[in-house]
Amino acid sequence: MDFMQLVTEGLWIVAKIAMILLPLVLAVAYTTYAERKLIGYMQMRIGPNRVGPKGWLQPIADVVKLLMKEVIVPSGANKTLFLLAPILFIAPSFAAWAVVPFDAELVLADTNAGLLYLLAMTSIAVYGVIIAGWASNSRYALIGSLRSASQIVSYEIAMGFALVGVLMAGGSMNLGDIVEAQNGSALHWFWIPLFPILVIYWISGVAETNRAPFDLPEGESEIVAGFHVEYAGMAFALFFLAEYANMILISILTALFFFGGWLNPFQGIPYLDVATDWVPGTIWLLLKAAWFLFMMIWLRATFPRYRYDQIMRLGWKVFIPVTVFWLIVLTFWIKLEWGWWFDGRGIASLGGAS
Amino acid sequence: MNIETLVFYFFSAITIIAAIGVISVKNSVQAVLCLVLAFFSAAALWLLLEAEFLAITLVLVYVGAVMVLFLFVVMMLDVDFAAMKQGFAKQLPLGLLVGAGLFGAIYWVIRFEVFGSDKVPEPAKSDQGYSNVEELGRLLYSEYFYPFEIAGVILLVAIIAAISLTFRGRRDRKGQSVREQHQVLKEERLKIVSMESEKPISNSNVNREVGDAS
Repeated sequence: MDFMQLVTEGLWIVAKIAMILLPLVLAVAYTTYAERKLIGYMQMRIGPNRVGPKGWLQPIADVVKLLMKEVIVPSGANKTLFLLAPILFIAPSFAAWAVVPFDAELVLADTNAGLLYLLAMTSIAVYGVIIAGWASNSRYALIGSLRSASQIVSYEIAMGFALVGVLMAGGSMNLGDIVEAQNGSALHWFWIPLFPILVIYWISGVAETNRAPFDLPEGESEIVAGFHVEYAGMAFALFFLAEYANMILISILTALFFFGGWLNPFQGIPYLDVATDWVPGTIWLLLKAAWFLFMMIWLRATFPRYRYDQIMRLGWKVFIPVTVFWLIVLTFWIKLEWGWWFDGRGIASLGGAS
Repeated sequence: MNIETLVFYFFSAITIIAAIGVISVKNSVQAVLCLVLAFFSAAALWLLLEAEFLAITLVLVYVGAVMVLFLFVVMMLDVDFAAMKQGFAKQLPLGLLVGAGLFGAIYWVIRFEVFGSDKVPEPAKSDQGYSNVEELGRLLYSEYFYPFEIAGVILLVAIIAAISLTFRGRRDRKGQSVREQHQVLKEERLKIVSMESEKPISNSNVNREVGDAS
C-alpha cells in the first residue's frame, strides 16, 4: 500500500466520522430544545420561546453562551485531571457510534464484535465521571461521582446480561446481522421473544445515562449538580453533550436490538408495504429512535427521583435475576423453535444436539 | 516499515511509559490511571494480533469494571506520603534484591533464546470471513470444555466464600422493607374528608346548617 492511498483512505474515514458526528451534535442541541419544550408542555408551561421564531434558535444561543464562558479551575483541583475528565467522558460516547449501522450498508466499522465494543465503550465512560468528581476537590462532586460509579457498575451487569439475550436471539455480535435476523414483519422483531429483556435494557440504559428518575449523580436538590458542579463553560458543555449523545445512542440501540432497526414496520402488510417502500431505512431507524428519546423525556417529566437503596435493589435484586431467568427461557425458545423467530436454529433443524 | 509496525511501536511505547508511570507517579490515583492506560494500550496491541474478542474483553472487564472499583478504593484512601517514605533507605537493599530476583526470573522465562522472533512464528493473517469470537467459543466448548467449566466453578466458590466472609448477618439495624412499602394502600395513608368551605366569621351558625351560600 503506497503512501497516497493510505492518506486518501484515512481522509475518507475522517470524512465518514464527521458525517456521523456533525449531525449527532446538531441532534444533541435540538434534543435539549425538544426536552425543554416537551417538559414545558407537560407541565402547562410554554418552554423556551424567546430566541428566534418559537424559540427555535435557543440551542444555538446556549452553545454560544457556553463557548464564551470562562472555564474555571477550582483552587486545590488537580488541573490536568480536571481538564482531562470531560474529554474522557465524551470520547467513549462518541467512539461507540463507530459500530452503529444506520442502514443495511451504512456503517463506519462493520465489525464482528460490535456488541462487545458497545458494552466496552459505555463501561469506560465512567472514568470521566469519577475523575471529574475526584479532581474537582469538592465534596458534592466527589459524592456525585461515587454515586455515579456505583450506579453505572451495577446497571452494567444487567445491561450486559440483556445484551447476551440479544446476541443469543440474533445469533451474532454484529449489529447489522442482529437487525437482519429480525427481517420479516413487525411481529418478527425481537421485542416479542425478548420482551422482559427489552424492558430491562431500556431501564438500565436510562440508569446508565444518569437520566431521571436515576439522576442521583447530579441530583440538584441534594448535591447541587453532582460530579460536574465545579465545571463551567465548554468543559461543562462537554459533559452535557456526552450525556445527550448517550441518550440518543441508547435510543438507537433499543430500536436496533428490539425493533428491527432500519426495517420497514409495515413489512408483510399488503398495500401498506408497497406504499411505504420508498422510505429509506435510515428514516425508519431515526423515527423509532425518536420515539424512545421521547420516552426518556417523558420519564423525566413523570417520575420522582429514586432513593439510593431503591436503585441498588432494582439493579441487583430484580434486574439481574430476571435477565438470567429469561436467558434460560430463551435457550429453550430458540432450541425448540417456538413461533417463527428462530427458524432453522433449533435442535430439529441441526439434526440433534451434537 | 508498514503502518501496522508504526501502530505497534506507538502502543508499545505508551504501554511501557504507562507501566513505568504506575510505579513512579507519586499520586496514587494517578498511578491507578496509568495502569488503566497500560491495560488500554495492551488491548490495542491485542487488536493488532486480530484477537478482537480478547482485546475488547480486556477493556470491558479490567478497564471497565475491575479498575473502576480499584479507583473507587484508592480515591477513598488518605495516603500519608511522609509515613510511606519512612525507612526508605533502610529497606532499599532488600527491595533491590527482591526486584532483581523477580526481574531475573521473568527475564529467564521470556529471554530472547526462548521468545525470539525466530522461535515464535508470526501469526498467520486470517481471511475475511474469520470470526475470532466463533473460533474461541468453539474451542472453549469442545476442546477446553472441562477446564472452562472447572474455572467457572472455582470462581463461583470464590464468590460464595467472599460473601460468607464479609456477611455478618446483622439484623439489629434499621432498614426499609421494600415489600411492605409496596403493599401500602392508599386507604392506609390518605384519608379524604369532605368539608364544607369556610364561611366568613360575621355570618351566624344558622346559615351554615342550611348551607346558605351567603
